[in-house]
Order: sequence, then structure tokens, then C-alpha cells
Amino acid sequence: MTLLSLSVSQVTTYATPPLEPSRPIARVRAGERRDYSSHPSKFLKSCSCEDGVCIDLNHGTTTLAFKFRHGVIVAVDSRASAGKYIASKEANKVIEINPYLLGTMSGSAADCQYWERLLAKECRLYKLRNKQRISVSAASKLLSNMMLGYRGMGLSMGSMICGWDKQGPGLYYVDDNGTRLSGRMFSTGCGNSYAYGVVDSGYREDMTVEEAYELGRRGIAHATHRDAYSGGVVNLYHMQEDGWIKVCKEDVSELIHRYKKGMF
Amino acid sequence: MISAQAYGENGKMKEYHYTGPVEHKFSPYAFNGGTVLAVAGEDFAIVASDTRLSEGYSIHSRDSPKCYKLTDTTVLGCSGFHGDCLTLTKIIEARLKMYKHSNNKSMTSGAIAAMLSTILYGRRFFPYYVYNIIGGLDEEGRGAVYSFDPVGSYQRDTYKAGGSASAMLQPLLDNQIGFKNMENVEHVPLTQEKAVQLVKDVFISAAERDVYTGDALKVCIVSKEGIKEEIVPLRKD
Repeated sequence: MTLLSLSVSQVTTYATPPLEPSRPIARVRAGERRDYSSHPSKFLKSCSCEDGVCIDLNHGTTTLAFKFRHGVIVAVDSRASAGKYIASKEANKVIEINPYLLGTMSGSAADCQYWERLLAKECRLYKLRNKQRISVSAASKLLSNMMLGYRGMGLSMGSMICGWDKQGPGLYYVDDNGTRLSGRMFSTGCGNSYAYGVVDSGYREDMTVEEAYELGRRGIAHATHRDAYSGGVVNLYHMQEDGWIKVCKEDVSELIHRYKKGMF
Repeated sequence: MISAQAYGENGKMKEYHYTGPVEHKFSPYAFNGGTVLAVAGEDFAIVASDTRLSEGYSIHSRDSPKCYKLTDTTVLGCSGFHGDCLTLTKIIEARLKMYKHSNNKSMTSGAIAAMLSTILYGRRFFPYYVYNIIGGLDEEGRGAVYSFDPVGSYQRDTYKAGGSASAMLQPLLDNQIGFKNMENVEHVPLTQEKAVQLVKDVFISAAERDVYTGDALKVCIVSKEGIKEEIVPLRKD
């Protein structure tokens, strides 16, 4: 008996070296024990493309959304690339959270799919607990707080939360840094600069619905034409007062053919 | 070990050249090769994989198929790092059993796909190096194929190739099943016999040009009668 207590006390007097992380430990979420004192994003990069091991994740997009008199137009492309390989030509980059809320996805496909599906779950729980639909502002804030919890860990997500609630049409841009902006027009993804150029030059607040559809289509079509990581089909949605409708799904090469007269 | 390269032309040993410090790091991953393919038809689904397990310049095994039967209506094909494939299938099988015990029914293909996505994303910061493709029948009895990336992004497809020869096979499938880049061709829906023959032909082509694909092909045909398996020999070189 005495022998046991002796050995136990010997063990407990062992001095442990103080923990000195080289960079601040990322804030841990309540209920989870995660301690990333090293750089998770750097680890993944170091494993890829070494000894034949190549972990390429699905990436790259152009998405755009803008508010106008008759609601919100949301247009996305459909290419998912893994490195230089096109993993999918018909990726679905719009998540239909509920009949009055849409979320777009750009950046890493897995991050977007996972977190926006989690957001859809939270929106449903909100509706069940509070007996009314969640506002666009609150939904976008939930998503940006999820992103802030993992800030610095290498998530890649640029999303637009679009909806129609009691305050009218809503459009928020949320990204992996935790940025959350309300605005009239956004475009995300690596092809966003091309889309901005097209939509900025053609935008008028008092456009007709058909003109707005055409503007959204053109924005994506021209962006896919110039950006290597965007392509496939244009998926166009229109957020109206009584919910969203899916307007069309058109192949980009056919659209470019139609617009060809004004190009080069 | 002294190799012939250490000796110069006149028979004397060459000068030792010091190239500078070299960093060696343990890599937790390895690439074991292999190709997986899945095709969804009107009332059937086919999941096929080669059976070669390689690493670097060696072949570890000629009889290591990459199709795993999950339920009576679902087959999973995984290629990439064999260690992660084994662990992942173990975890999936355990989760299937848990679901069966708590819900008193088998998981449907769509449910398995959604579950696999969250299992993969749970390791977002140290991924399973596995390229997964699920093939099976959905609730209405139609063929379904779900393809994944290593961290869990997924979508439902009609056909998909994954693994080392995927970039070679996918364009061929786009042409033959999707009728892409073909003019004046009638879009005939795929019959089961034609699909199986196409899969065999496609793997024969892959074995010709990809070093990590070959030895034998295992085809699992999922239909309402159950899962039928066929083994076809491929090039062994």
C-alpha cells in the first residue's frame, strides 16, 4: 500500500514544461476540444503534391446577385475544379434553404456545402422555436459567426445569402474571414471581376424583370468565357415577394454564341 | 550500399558532393492507385473497380478490389490511400449498423451519401485521402451515383470516374453516355448489357495507359434483384 502511494507521489511531482504556443491557439467552440497550435491549412498544403500524393479539393466559381425594383436576381455558374481537372460540370452552387431564402456557394465546395447545410438546419430550428421565419439578416449573421469560429484555419467560402423577409428583399455577402456586408449587388469567386464589369455597366434600378434576367445571364456567361475556373451552365433564380423561382439553366457556350456579334 | 554511379570512368571513386541540408518529413499519406467507376441506369447501377494495389514502383497486390458492399442496394467504391479506405469503410459499416438498430430500417443511398459527406468533413483539417463514389438504387428504384471529393463535397451524377485514371475515363464516359461532342446521334438510354460492356471496354483502355490500373476488374451490378459481381481479367503489366 505504502509502495503504491510513494510511486504515485513521485509521478505527480514531475514538473511539466510550460506550454508556449508559437502563435495564439484558435478560440475553441463550446463543447469541443480542439487545439490547433500549429497551422492546419499549412499542413494540408505540405501533404499535397508530394510523393505522388495530390489532394486537390473542389474549388473555383463565379456567382453574382443584385437587388432591383422587382426583387433579387441570383446567378451562378456550375463548374467544380479540383486542381486543373474539372471535377464536375453541373455542380449545384445554390442551396435552397427554404422557399424564401437562398444561399450561393463559392470557394471550397466541401466548406460551402457543409456550412450552408448547417445554416439550413439552424434556420429550420429557428422557425420551429419562434414560430416565424428567420430574417435574412439573422441567417447571414449565423453563417458569419460560424466562419468566425474557424477563422485562420484555412476554410474557403464566399457566399451570398438572399431572401425576402418582413423588411423586404435582403442580400448579404458572407465570407470565410467573417465579413458580413449588406448591399445592392455582389459577385464572388475567381471570376467576380468579369461579372462586376458586365453587371455594373448594364444595371439600372428600374429594369424590367426580363432585362434583369438577361443581365444576370450575361454577367455569368462573360465571366465563364474569360475565367478558366468557371464554366458549365448558368443557374438563374429570382427572389420575389412570395418566394424564389428558378428561372433557367442555360449552357454557357450557347449563350456566348448568341452574344458573339458584340465580341472581338 | 555502393552503386555503380559512385565510380567514375577511370575506376576511381567520384568526389563526394554535398548538396546542402535536406529536410525529411514523415508523410502520413501514401498513394496506392486504383480506379473506380460508377454508372447509373434507369433501374440499375454499376460500380466497377480495378484490383491492383500499388505504391510507388511496386505492386503490393493484384487482388485488392475497391468496391465495398454497404447494403443490398448500395455499393461504395473508394480509391486513393488504402489505409484511409479501410478505416473509412469500417466507420461507415459501424454507422450503418447503428442506424439499422435505432431506426429499424436500412439506410437509403441518398442517406448514406449525406452521412459520408459529414464523416469526411469531420476530418476537414486532416482529410481522409480517399476518392469515393457511391452507386446504388434510390427510393424509387432508379439508379443513383454520388461522387465525393476528399473532404466531403458531393453531388448526384449519372456517371463518374474516380481514382488514378479518372481524367482519362471521364471524357470517354462524357462522350459515350452523355453523348457530348457528338452530332446527329440519337440519345438512346443505356441498357444494362450495354452499360456493363462499356465499363469493361473503358477499363481495358485505362489499363493500357495508366500504370496504376490493371490486373483485374471487378464489376458490381446493383438492381432490384440484388447485387451481382463479375470479375474480368485486365493487363497485368
